[in-house]
Amino acid sequence: MMADDPVDGRSRRIRARNLALLLVLLGLVALFYALTIVRMSGS
Amino acid sequence: MNEIPSTAVAPVSGAAVGDYVQILKPRVMSLVVFTGIVGLALAPGHLHPFLAGVAVLCIAIGAGASGAINMWYDRDIDRVMRRTASRPLPAGRMLPGEALGFGCVLAVGSVAVLGIAVNWVAAELLALTIAFYVLVYTMWLKRRTPQNIVIGGAAGALPPLIGWAAVTGDVGWGGIALFAIIFFWTPPHFWALSLYKADEYAAAGIPMLPVVAGARETKRQMLLYTLVLWPVTAAPWLLGVSGPLYAAGAGGLSLAFTACALRVWRDETERSARQMFAFSLAYLFLIFMLLLVDHAIGPPIGGGR
Repeated sequence: MMADDPVDGRSRRIRARNLALLLVLLGLVALFYALTIVRMSGS
Repeated sequence: MNEIPSTAVAPVSGAAVGDYVQILKPRVMSLVVFTGIVGLALAPGHLHPFLAGVAVLCIAIGAGASGAINMWYDRDIDRVMRRTASRPLPAGRMLPGEALGFGCVLAVGSVAVLGIAVNWVAAELLALTIAFYVLVYTMWLKRRTPQNIVIGGAAGALPPLIGWAAVTGDVGWGGIALFAIIFFWTPPHFWALSLYKADEYAAAGIPMLPVVAGARETKRQMLLYTLVLWPVTAAPWLLGVSGPLYAAGAGGLSLAFTACALRVWRDETERSARQMFAFSLAYLFLIFMLLLVDHAIGPPIGGGR
């Protein structure tokens, strides 16, 4: 059985990080969209 | 011969998403979030549930940012202590600049979003919390004085006040009472831990009270702080923020906390200190849970909120 390639592991971690960052940015967009709606509704 | 021009590339670590989560100190964050929610719930007035959720999120992220900057600054002593040696920075899984940048972005972002979404009094209190934890506690007091966690404890005590200010837009007496509970709870909580980790703190050069003044003096001061907590935990009831259910429960819990401190005072082994540290976490959680339950049940007899 072969051990995990450290280069593969590193690029996998960086890919996961990029995906997490994308999700955070999408979350921020959704947050500000919802904030605008709530603020405009007079709360 | 053709030479390939070299370009300077900023080093990028292979830190995993979990490492970024770990430097936010999620366990500390959970207590901060809970006390912030209680501040939000007890404050007189109304805040749209979505905005309340945003306020809690900002408090959590602000607390996490403080933790990340703290880990960046303390990476040298974290390497020395067994308890902290496996953190992403001392373990070499993350570059110092990454932790600092991550912490700063989150700090600025959480304050800005709280100010824009909720109000700027709460945002200023969050900024004060982060600045106090990073500049006053981490960079100034922690390595210089055994009173580090006494004064630095103010940073950990501010979240319920932020929650209170998010609803009311100012700093009320009820919020100050919640602040005082955490402020006076912090010294016996951390000194219980430092009693059985004194050798690690000494090796790292951190002047915790047991290292500087010895176990006996630490135990004496822990006992005194648990006695101070009696009137301090009664304050929300005396101010009419909570009712007799809370007052009775808080009295019982404070009695148990003082009993723990007495056991630590009498016991020469570290067993009672470990038990007191565990109980101190339950104590704070239960005090704030009582405040929440009492508030949910109804207004106090003969008192307004």
